[in-house]
Amino acid sequence: MKEVALAVEMKEIVKVYPNGVVANRGVDFSVEEGEIHALVGENGAGKTTLMKILFGMEQPTSGQIKIFGKDVRIHSPHDAITLGIGMVHQHFMLVPSLTVAENVILGIEPRRGWSIDREKARKMVEEASEKFGLPIPPDEVVRDLPVGIKQRVEIVKALIRGAKILILDEPTAVLTPQETEELFESLRNLTEKGVTIIFISHKLKEVKAISHRLTILRDGRHMGTFVTDEITEEEISKRMVGREVELVIERPEPKPGEVVLRVEELGYVRDDGVRMLNGVSFSLRSGEILGVAGVEGNGQRELVEILTGLRSGATGSVKLHGEEILGLDAYGIRRRSVSHIPEDRVEFGVALKAPIWENVVSDRYWKPPFGGKIRIFPKVMKAFTAKAIEEFSIKADNPDTPVMMLSGGNMQKVVVAREFTSNAKLLIADQPTRGIDVGSTEFVRKKLIEARDSGLAILLVSADLQEILQLSDRIVVMYKGEIVGYFPQNRGLTEEELGYYMLGVKRHEPSRLKEAIVA
Amino acid sequence: MNEIARSILSAEFVYSVIRVSTPLIFAVMGALLSEIAGVINIALEGMMLMAAFWGVIVSAFTGSAWLGMLAGLASAVLLALALAYFHLNLRTNLILAGIALNLFASGATVFLLYLISGDKGSSASIKSYVLPRVDIPLLKDIPFFGDALSGHHILTYLAFAAVVFVQYLIYRTPLGLRLRAVGENPEAAESVGISVRRVRYIALVLSGLMAGFGGVFLSMGYVSWFARDMTSGRGFIALAAQALGGKTAIGGMLGAMLFGLAEALSYTFQAIRIPSEFTNMMPFVFTLIALAVYARSVIARHRKAPSSSQPLEENTET
Repeated sequence: MKEVALAVEMKEIVKVYPNGVVANRGVDFSVEEGEIHALVGENGAGKTTLMKILFGMEQPTSGQIKIFGKDVRIHSPHDAITLGIGMVHQHFMLVPSLTVAENVILGIEPRRGWSIDREKARKMVEEASEKFGLPIPPDEVVRDLPVGIKQRVEIVKALIRGAKILILDEPTAVLTPQETEELFESLRNLTEKGVTIIFISHKLKEVKAISHRLTILRDGRHMGTFVTDEITEEEISKRMVGREVELVIERPEPKPGEVVLRVEELGYVRDDGVRMLNGVSFSLRSGEILGVAGVEGNGQRELVEILTGLRSGATGSVKLHGEEILGLDAYGIRRRSVSHIPEDRVEFGVALKAPIWENVVSDRYWKPPFGGKIRIFPKVMKAFTAKAIEEFSIKADNPDTPVMMLSGGNMQKVVVAREFTSNAKLLIADQPTRGIDVGSTEFVRKKLIEARDSGLAILLVSADLQEILQLSDRIVVMYKGEIVGYFPQNRGLTEEELGYYMLGVKRHEPSRLKEAIVA
Repeated sequence: MNEIARSILSAEFVYSVIRVSTPLIFAVMGALLSEIAGVINIALEGMMLMAAFWGVIVSAFTGSAWLGMLAGLASAVLLALALAYFHLNLRTNLILAGIALNLFASGATVFLLYLISGDKGSSASIKSYVLPRVDIPLLKDIPFFGDALSGHHILTYLAFAAVVFVQYLIYRTPLGLRLRAVGENPEAAESVGISVRRVRYIALVLSGLMAGFGGVFLSMGYVSWFARDMTSGRGFIALAAQALGGKTAIGGMLGAMLFGLAEALSYTFQAIRIPSEFTNMMPFVFTLIALAVYARSVIARHRKAPSSSQPLEENTET
């Protein structure tokens, strides 16, 4: 192999956070000029910390950094930008009410006298967008743009500041397959122009598709750097997780029973006048999983919140075992044997400072055997929780551990433990595996299938298409608050095909969409 | 009724609306500059009060109205710096720090007034100076308009200049862009190397300066003395007027003048012997009504908006 200059060389990076968490334990990481280098690892493996150090947002406890062969200390993002490093964060760093041009030139505004030279600003943006092959509309307000374009704005923002090294933190997490393909095309383009790209991801398929080389991190340690073409997905995931992972989950044929949930003509207009749901109709039987696919922000959150009683003001009808439940509050709905795994576990799923046992019984502490007329019985609750910790393989010392001390995956298992032991007839699972490690993901998915087979009706809302395809018996696709696609089974269905419906390119006939209500 | 109509339609009435609006316009500009940067300035009231006090005292001791004004402005800016330091360096809650400064200003001015003049109520016993009025040539000779628009206090004209200045600053200059960016998404600003703390310091200092002008006007133009708690809630009314006017200086000015109108009306009613206990209440009742009507109209506007043509808001949270 020929000698190539190194753009980035990080040596023996150690990062210990003030609270004692060790994020990087002596990581070596180097990137060649002009390559696309993937940084892979599970959540919590230390990828983002390593990149935050490179971008000056965190200071390493020890270790050296060389940029283009020169020893450097990077104290702030400003330093990083000066050195030619740009970062596209997972949460976009854009100001929604400003225009694209204003966002791009923020901090480096061209001036004419005291004013911003708007003509020049627009020209700068147009030139950069032309040069790098990233078309963006300079005068549009960022708020109204689709996610894919927002991301392009972020990339242009970095490049216009002279970035030669571009860090992308999980850039495809919010994109549809089509948008992802476009992004990859742009990235390949950029490397031809001499830009070096660091691509953080845990989606192995994408890593295989885009990167030249890859570095694997596990538990803050460097697990090897490889030429992408010389390593298989199985080997990568083995090194990421430290054991063999079943990438395919076994799913026996569903045996659907009677209709549990029947949603008809559900509509909802948000306080600010935006219509978030329009004519949403489907039904769900016991013993089956109905997947709801869609790009985030197309009404899924509202749908879930309405079905679980967290949001009021919807029109239409929601029948649970034939009983109208629209308008009931969360307590009323839970009492009717509905359980809910919320999208945001930290905000809605758990009480962080409370111990595991309080979290596990928080939906039933008032009823026997956990509570009597006057008092509650902590001993019973703890014993119950100890069993749940074992059954759901939650990594914790004992039921008294505060949930805060657990990793994301184990926190989610606490939520899952509560929702799966509540004897529910209907489970609404909203992004049940988002942001948790591969091991826990596998566990949660297996539990979902198990529960389905024992007769639970499951509504699975997920932005992860792989998850939707893997678990769902039937699938609906949401776009702009409507159901635009219905697939009575997932055999032969591809992520690409679903992507067309998620983007609103394709749409099923109304007669086909009606089939989503099965009697 | 005739009497009221006649007095409202007069040039004197327009003149008095402009006059009573002046301190509010300054204060609203102060409110806007801080609001836009995401650091709402609850201490406007205290800053105005401080400026009013020091304007009178320093002008009395130096014999110069202009030095008095500078001292007043400086005192308001100092208070703003204190607020900025508490909130941005010591991470105190902004609202609590603001309330503390308001109480401090109220107490300190009375205390110092007593030390200096021996009077706890007003500075009437000290001879202080006022800033001049300005007659505008040509305009002053036009009937009605001359009486309504000319002959105002110099700070009144400056207030309208401040509106133009603030509008330009916010929407045309690099600083304005940064103020708005910092107010809406501080992380985004930080990620491109803008110091959020510095920008917010600037916002609060400018806000204090505006409040200072408003306060100086009260004691060195509107009247020629300082009285305890003489701002009587104008700093808070300004926050309401700013909310009403939205994120533009022009809107803020109109909001301020609406309240100016309410205040001027209350004086007119007093003149026709409606009890002052009642008329004094009017600007505050008006604040409540105006905010309620405004909030309702915003909701109604959104309800009526056509649903299908509106794009769904993208949700970038992950």
